[in-house]
Amino acid sequence: MEKMKVVGLSGDQIAAYAAKQCRVDVVSAYPITPQTIIVEEYSNYVANGEVDTEFICVESEHSAMSACIGASLTGARVFTATSSQGLALMHEMLYIASGLRCPIVMCVVNRALSAPINIHCDHSDMMGSRDCGWIQVFAENAQEVYDWVIQAFKIAEDREVLLPMAVNLDGFTISHALEDIRVLEDGAVDEFLPEREAVYRLDPDNPILVGPLVLPDYYFEFKVQQEEAMRKAAEKIGEVTREYYEYSSRKYAPIDPFNVEGANTALIAMGSTAGMLRTVARQLEREGKRVAVIKLWLYRPFPGDELIKLVEDMESLIVLDRTLSFGAPVGPLCSDVIAALYNAGRCDIRVANAVYGLGGRDLTPAEVEELSMKALKMAETKMVDKRMEFIGVRE
Amino acid sequence: MVTLRELPVEELFGPGHRLCAGCGPAISMRMLTKAFRGPTVVTNATGCVEVASSIYPFNAWGVPWVHTAFENAAATASGIEAGFKALRRKGKLERNVDVIAIGGDGGTFDIGIQALSGALERGHDFVYLCYDNEAYMNTGIQRSGATPHGAATTTSPAGSKIPGKPEWKKDLIGICIAHGIDYAATASIAYWNDYVTKVRKAIEVDGPAVVHVLAPCPLGWRSEPKDTIKIAKLAVQTRFFPIYEYDKGTYRLSIKVPNPKPVEEFLKLQGRFRHLFQPEFADEIRKIQDYVDRNYERIAKLSGEP
Ligand SMILES: Cc1ncc(C[n+]2csc(CCOP(=O)(O)OP(=O)(O)O)c2C)c(N)n1
Repeated sequence: MEKMKVVGLSGDQIAAYAAKQCRVDVVSAYPITPQTIIVEEYSNYVANGEVDTEFICVESEHSAMSACIGASLTGARVFTATSSQGLALMHEMLYIASGLRCPIVMCVVNRALSAPINIHCDHSDMMGSRDCGWIQVFAENAQEVYDWVIQAFKIAEDREVLLPMAVNLDGFTISHALEDIRVLEDGAVDEFLPEREAVYRLDPDNPILVGPLVLPDYYFEFKVQQEEAMRKAAEKIGEVTREYYEYSSRKYAPIDPFNVEGANTALIAMGSTAGMLRTVARQLEREGKRVAVIKLWLYRPFPGDELIKLVEDMESLIVLDRTLSFGAPVGPLCSDVIAALYNAGRCDIRVANAVYGLGGRDLTPAEVEELSMKALKMAETKMVDKRMEFIGVRE
Repeated sequence: MVTLRELPVEELFGPGHRLCAGCGPAISMRMLTKAFRGPTVVTNATGCVEVASSIYPFNAWGVPWVHTAFENAAATASGIEAGFKALRRKGKLERNVDVIAIGGDGGTFDIGIQALSGALERGHDFVYLCYDNEAYMNTGIQRSGATPHGAATTTSPAGSKIPGKPEWKKDLIGICIAHGIDYAATASIAYWNDYVTKVRKAIEVDGPAVVHVLAPCPLGWRSEPKDTIKIAKLAVQTRFFPIYEYDKGTYRLSIKVPNPKPVEEFLKLQGRFRHLFQPEFADEIRKIQDYVDRNYERIAKLSGEP
């Protein structure tokens, strides 16, 4: 059942458009490059009466997330967006949003963190909030931003999940590039995503206390319930993506694999980079060299089991991290991959880490080709000579 | 002004909180809830009241209550108000719900002032209640922007060179009024009917309103629990804490103090000012008296009093 039309919009615009189709009750946001267009676009909808949304144009991101939490607790459907310093300023409230089980959906337009100041893409912002208890997906292009925002509300608001969800999109590469995007008709979105039915809310007829002081006698149990909700989210993502497929004919899953069958090595990455990795892989294929590309859509909860299934016959992996975890053995994505392999008893699969693209630096096809050759060599020799390297950095 | 008979018998705050004996903020909370007019939701910034009224699995509140963080009661309230508004407009909620944000002086004068300013500027329909115990009491008596000059706190200790906090109290109500809001008032727990009446007025205002209530803290002020109300009254009778209101452009001194007691009467009941009574700091008390007189006169003048 495909109810579709095509629009030409940027990643930021489509994020706002998706939120509009989801009939959000409250949007509270603060502008920051490269997310600004989302806030502006939504203001336009409000100004033109195209939406029935309370738009709170707050004085900071900290207040944006605070207001989102307050609104979410009334039972409203809530959307916001930010980037970089804005996400960092929200940091405290991110944990509170998940701890209070508020199914807020937020687009994070990924951008490097200061200092030095830089407005271009990398994943340091979201990785800095990696452990905040939010479900996190990374989109590869504007189409995926659209599809994930719509699915995100359904996942986040599920009564067995009730967790906030971040849809990440690479700054400029996705946020500012114009694309043809296939969108559902409004009615189809309504059908897929009915109005929010809040499980717990601030109801004067049934007063509850939200956000109490919890001492060592109970705190741990609260946190374990959050972790259980995360695990539940993994299941729900399966259900929701299957249902969405029926509406859109677009298939989502925790992982988006390419060229996996018969490959003995793979490059693993998230976000817009994946497209280029596939292009290079196709080219190498023509030369008779098979390198798989594994794009993770879902980052939290980490789809470890699915990943293992994809790589179980492989000899080596190179994980691309678009962030630096200062002083850590490897970047965060790589460390998750290694942990998943270790958990599965697969320490025999060689893993190297490539840190790339910080502050918007381009990753070139030539560099990816070189990485692919390294991956193939690791598979063949069963040796890793450099565990972590920086790609494209001047010496 | 409300009379005792008019106060609801129903208790929406306590019993069951764990605030100290003689706690001014506890008294201010109980009275606050007596002013509620119907469905009400409270959001409470981090601080003594929040911590001591919500220790899981206990709950001292008879209304829906939310704590999110320290600096954002006004921002959380903005979201709650907007959420209810959207749901009402879409027919998913029938009644109007009053939204009350509560913050201590730390969560209001200092860390929360940005969120408060933003919410006032945006014009959300809510009441902000600042209970002022003149320091960060929850973390053990550190100075705030509301701590009066000369008070000893753990971060403005009375030493041999510096006799307590050198700075003066921030003018919270002045800052709030400057946002162009319709209603703001000070109050004291010693004048309960004035206080409760003002909270009710603030709730009835369309748009943001602020009530700043002085609430002595026996622990931090180093006073006797039995003296809390007495000290709160002396704060008014010495003109140390003028009680006034601002209503759509008009100031009114709610409690006139034509023959004030000397400020020492207020200071001497509190250990936090004890050092000022040493001969070498006599000048400090003079400075405080002078400040108190000028501040009261300023407000009297704004209120059109001679
Ligand atoms: C926490 C955070 N949020 C958002 C931004 C994005 N940002 C950078 S400058 C700016 C606006 C500055 O406006 P103003 O202070 O009026 O100075 P002007 O640019 O007009 O000179 C914003 C929103 C940021 N850098 N940090």
